[in-house]
Order: sequence, then structure tokens, then C-alpha cells
Amino acid sequence: MNYFPDEVLEHIFDFVTSQRDRNSVSQVCKPWYKIESSSRQKVFVGNCYAISPERVIERFPGLKSITLKGKPHFADFNLVPPDWGGFVYPWIEAFARNNMGLEELKLKRMIISDECLELISRSFANFKSLVLVSCEGFSTDGLAAIASNCSFLRELDLQENDVEDHRGHWLSCFPDTCTSLVSLNFACLKGDVNLAALERLVARSPNLRSLRLNHAVPLDILQKILMRTPHLVDLGVGSYVHDPDSETYNKLVTALQKCKSVRSLSGFLEAAPQCLSAFHLICPNLTSLNLSYAPGIHGTELRKLIRHCRKLQRLWILDCIGDEGLEVVASSCKDLQEIRVFPSDPFVGNAAVTEVGLVALSSGCPKLHSILYFCQQMTNAALITVAKNRPNFTRFRLCILDPTKPDAVTNQPLDEGFGAIVHSCKGLRRLSMSGRLTDRVFLYIGMYAEQLEMISIAFAGDTDEGMQYLLNGCKKLRKLEIRDCPFGNAALLMDVGKYETMRSLWMSSCNVTLGGCKSLAKKMPMLNVEIINETDQMDISADDRQKAEKMFLYRTLAGRRKDAPEFVWTL
Amino acid sequence: MEGGVAYENDLNLKETELRLGLPGTGSSIDKGVSGARNNKRPLPETREEGGANGKPDAQHDDQENAPAPKAQIVGWPPIRSYRKNSLQPKKAEAEAAAGMYVKVSMDGAPYLRKIDLTVYKGYPELLRALENMFKVTIGEYSEREGYKGSEYAPTYEDKDGDWMLVGDVPWDMFLSSCKKLRIIKGSEAIGLGCGA
Repeated sequence: MNYFPDEVLEHIFDFVTSQRDRNSVSQVCKPWYKIESSSRQKVFVGNCYAISPERVIERFPGLKSITLKGKPHFADFNLVPPDWGGFVYPWIEAFARNNMGLEELKLKRMIISDECLELISRSFANFKSLVLVSCEGFSTDGLAAIASNCSFLRELDLQENDVEDHRGHWLSCFPDTCTSLVSLNFACLKGDVNLAALERLVARSPNLRSLRLNHAVPLDILQKILMRTPHLVDLGVGSYVHDPDSETYNKLVTALQKCKSVRSLSGFLEAAPQCLSAFHLICPNLTSLNLSYAPGIHGTELRKLIRHCRKLQRLWILDCIGDEGLEVVASSCKDLQEIRVFPSDPFVGNAAVTEVGLVALSSGCPKLHSILYFCQQMTNAALITVAKNRPNFTRFRLCILDPTKPDAVTNQPLDEGFGAIVHSCKGLRRLSMSGRLTDRVFLYIGMYAEQLEMISIAFAGDTDEGMQYLLNGCKKLRKLEIRDCPFGNAALLMDVGKYETMRSLWMSSCNVTLGGCKSLAKKMPMLNVEIINETDQMDISADDRQKAEKMFLYRTLAGRRKDAPEFVWTL
Repeated sequence: MEGGVAYENDLNLKETELRLGLPGTGSSIDKGVSGARNNKRPLPETREEGGANGKPDAQHDDQENAPAPKAQIVGWPPIRSYRKNSLQPKKAEAEAAAGMYVKVSMDGAPYLRKIDLTVYKGYPELLRALENMFKVTIGEYSEREGYKGSEYAPTYEDKDGDWMLVGDVPWDMFLSSCKKLRIIKGSEAIGLGCGA
């Protein structure tokens, strides 16, 4: 290969698309490193504080597409204070200053301001795609800037963001010359939108394939839009409140009949518990269905709908479908690969599904490999059966609403059940557990879970040994997050070198002390060890024997970060 | 959505400790019990009423009179705030829509009042509210003697148009049959007590 000219190598490397593979390519030898780095267009940064923007720009001058992730995963559950960090501005500012030809930006759990959105819209002439997932810090004014200035915008995808809504004028900001939209998702916006502007925008976007509306778009507008988008592949319904006898409803049925390409359905953000039979028409072609934001839809309606969805590969649903409904899923959806069952009433703390539904799914769906399951109770017997039925799980996340509940039948801890899962599912990459769990389950995980990359633990274990089994055994571990477990300094400091092979470690409400964290930070200069001290309980100079309520550590090439707020100490 | 945001703030505010009792009541466990600081597993023992014998259907229906208040743990269950907020307004809307307003008249009062019966969990609360509203003493209910000792007796008109003494039937049955309330006074009231 050394005799090939650079252009040939570059051409070959073009076929290598995954970041992991390209990272491997770049490590072969210096010439390959040079060529790969200068030709790489797509970069993924799993922790925005692990590396500085300048360093990324220097290494990948041809960068066109970047994905950045900010806050730790547990920020999703209010465990991280809002101004902890994850600001994207320094990145955008650096890209703009260095005249990078940025075209695609995907952010997850980051803070992005309107000023930043404005900067993006003015700095990158070929900007095509903005995807924001669980972000905050911006308003519809920022969206207006993107709409106004990005002439070639193809994708604006807002997923579950907290957006300050100044009402619908941003949609009118797309100029009449903008006809390039392929994907538009504004389902998470809380306010009204200019419906006329929306209709006009859709009418002049012949390439539109994905459209997800917010709750403010009523049925009659939906019907009009569908008439104009017969090639739509992904549809997110906004409001689904209607009188089943009305003319609007009949028109909707007609419109849906024309939409032969729809493969993905979601939304129903305001849904009266009325018949979904209009959608039965498109069900036979659906591969993805997300009804997890529609608590108004009754279990019986859901079950009726699911029976028609024989090609479903991905299903996100609320537990009001019941065990009975999951049995319908198991018998109807033989192509199912991923399912997520969310609790429809998390505040009262009761789920409407149990181990019965889980076993049914494992038995009926041979391709099922990814599951997130919120349930009322679980048993070892069920988990053992699931493990036997479905050794192909790659992601297994189980959340029993009562986090320390034992086996519902035997009252034993669920160690054996989860042990069976990790033993049988040799390709398991992600695991979350709940229920009563002792150190034993960690022994099993350490022994068997060779491919495990991410694990989330809460209210589990008895002694430091639990965490030690994990750290010793899981060679491919990248992200470990622990809350409310009795793991202390002995476990934390057992193998400090391990943390450099991982992206991050989160520990909250455990037994690690300030002293232990300081000791770790001292030994490992390539780690940022952050203590999040929200309630002024601690003084940095105080007793090292005090417990560190929240600790987040991550490997980094960028050193201590400069934007940490007062309550975050980097040791 | 405001309700959702307030809920989040409530969780963040010092709610790192487990609490027994209905949300909003004062009783709380000593902080040492929360998490696993003592290498103990406090949750199963102390939260038994809620979890161990979970009868999902019964408790699911009984939402408003939830007998086993779950201790609120920050960040549990692990659901994104966005998702939690999308569920909560529906609940609040449903409850508001279900409110049952009935007219309440009292003999001698110049105008009627209206109350939302769904706000009360049972008879004692309703009676105290009526006492407050009309500045009277109604007292305690007894099956044998009605509201003996009081000048007033609370009555209600049921679906059949009959006037009944408040307190005879189970609360839920009362809720579903009560059309309006009337607090009667004096000799009429005394007549309602059995064997008076």
C-alpha cells in the first residue's frame, strides 16, 4: 500500500465511513494518519470537553459534519444542575474563525444560544443540516435566523428540546427561494405556528420526506399538507382531535390513502381517545411507530392498530398497552428489532406492564435486540426465560418503578435473572438494571459481559466489591454511571488507569469521599475529576472525609475546562 | 407546562432525601437513611406499603385516593423531563375537566354557593369546608343520630330527586349521585336524626 499515490489511498479511505474504522486506519502509520485526517469529513466527539475545538480543526481541516455531546447522561433525569456546562458556542466560534466549510451539526445535551444559531446561519454558506437533541438555551428567534439565512437548508430536526417559544413567525422566515427542505421536525415546540406559512413551505419543498408537526397543527391543516406530500416517508402528527363524522376526517382518510410511502409514524401529541382507524391504511407499511407521547389513546385502540403493523421494526409505546397488548405485539410484529415501553403515569409510580409482557416479546419477536422497559415488577424466572429466548440482545434496559423491588414471586434479589441475561447475550453493549441487586450480579457482569460498553446502576450492590468486579471484568467499558450505591474509595481507586480507557464515570449519592476524589485526580492528570457541589454543603478546603455527593470524571486532552460554574470544582 | 416546570423545581429543592407520607406533609426520614450511606438498603423496608405487593390495577384506578404514597426520589424513574412534562399537563387537564361543581344552599342565606366535590377526599373534609363557608357548626356524623347536637344538617338531592342526609352512603357513591347540597336548619334538622 505504500506505493500507491496519496489520491488512491484517499479514494480507498472514502469507503471507510465509520469513525471507529477511520480511527483504526489513522493508527497504521504516519502517511495513513496524514491522509486519513486531511480527508475525514465526518467527526464524532462523544464528550465536548475531551478535546478542544482548535485541536479538532487542526487535525481535520476538511471537516464538514460534526456531532457533539455535552452533559452527562444523568442530566436527563435532573441530576445535573442546568448551568453545569456543555456550551457549543466556543466550537462554532472556532469553526467560523477558521473558515471551516461546516455543513452538518448534530448536538446532544448541549446549550446553544440564539446568538450561536445566528452565527451558524451567517458563517457557513453551505450549511445543510441542524439536528438538536435534548438541547436548551435557545428560542424560536434563533430558528428564525437559521430559516432566513441558510439558503440550502435540507434538515432542521428538533428532538425533545427545551425551546423558548416566541410564537410562529420563524416559519415565515424561510424565503420563497428555499425549496431544498428534506426533513423538518418541530414537534417539541410548545407554541403556535403560522399555519399558512407552513402550508406554503410544504408546497414549495418537493424533496420533503420527513415532517413532524407540533401540537398546534390541527387536523384540517394536516390533511391539506398530506395532499401535497404524497412521497412523505416519515410523518409526525400534531394534534389529533376531531369529530369522526366530520368532513375533515373523511378528507384525512382520502389524503392518507395517497401516502403510500409513509414508513414511520409518530406524534399524536394531543389525541382524543377516538378511533385511529384512519391510520390503519398506512399501518401495513410502517417500520417505525412512536406513540409514546399520546397518553390519551386507550389500550384497546393501540391493540387494534398494532395488529395491522406486520412490518414494524421499531416501536415506542406507553405501558397502557398492557401485557395483553404486548402479547399482540409479539404475535403481530415478527420483524420487531427495538421496543421501548414508557410509563404513562410516572408520578403515581405504577406501571401497567409486568414480566409477562417482557417474556411474550422475547418469545414472539426473533429479531428483537434492543429494549427499554419500564414495568411494575420482575422475576428471575422471567429474566432467565428471556435470556434463553433472546440471546441476541445488544441493548437491555429494565426499569422497575420501585427501584429496589425484589423478585415479585420469590422475594429474592434479581441477581440470577440479570446474570442470565449477561451470560446468554454475548453481544450485549448496553445495560441498565433495577430491582433488588447484590454484589453477586456484578460478579456475573464482570465475568460474562465482555462486549459491554455502557452500564447504568441505581440502588444496587452491597460493598466495594460490586464496583470492583465491574471495573475488573468489563474490558470494553466506556461509560459507567452509578447512583445511590454503597461504593466508596476502595472501589474508585482500585484501578485508576482504567478510567483513561473510558469516556466517563458518574457517581452520585455513593460513598466516595472528597479525599478519594482528590487522590484520584492527583494520580491521573489526564482526567478531569469534577465535584458538583450544589447546596454549599462542602468547602473545598474542608474535611476530606466528607462524602462527594456528585462526581463526574472524564478523560480529556483539553485540560481543566474554563467554563465551569462556581459549584463545579475540578480537582 | 408551568405545572411541569414547577414539579422539576420541587424535585431539585433539597429533595435529595426520601420522605414517607403524602407529598407536602412534614414527616421526613433522617437524611442518613437516604442513598446507601449506611451500607443499608433502606428502601425495601420503609417503602413496603407501596411496592411489595403491588396490585397494579387496583392502585392504578385509585389514583386520587392513592393509599400508598410513593416516596419521591430525585431523578426516578429515569425519564427525560421533556417526556414527563408531556404526560403531566394531560393529567392536570383531565382532573380539571372532571371537577364536579354542585350548588350549596343554606336556609336563611341570601345567595347560594358552589363547590367542587372532587377536591375533597371524604366526608370530614367536605363538612369542614361547608362549616367554613357558611360559618356554622355541623358536627360529626353518626348513623344512629345523624348530626345530633347541631342546629344544622347537610342534605343532598340525589339522582332520583330525593333529599338525603349527607354521610349515609360511601363517599364514591355520594359523589356519583349528588346533584346539589342544602344545609337545613332548626326543627327540620332535628327531625332528620333517627329516634330524636
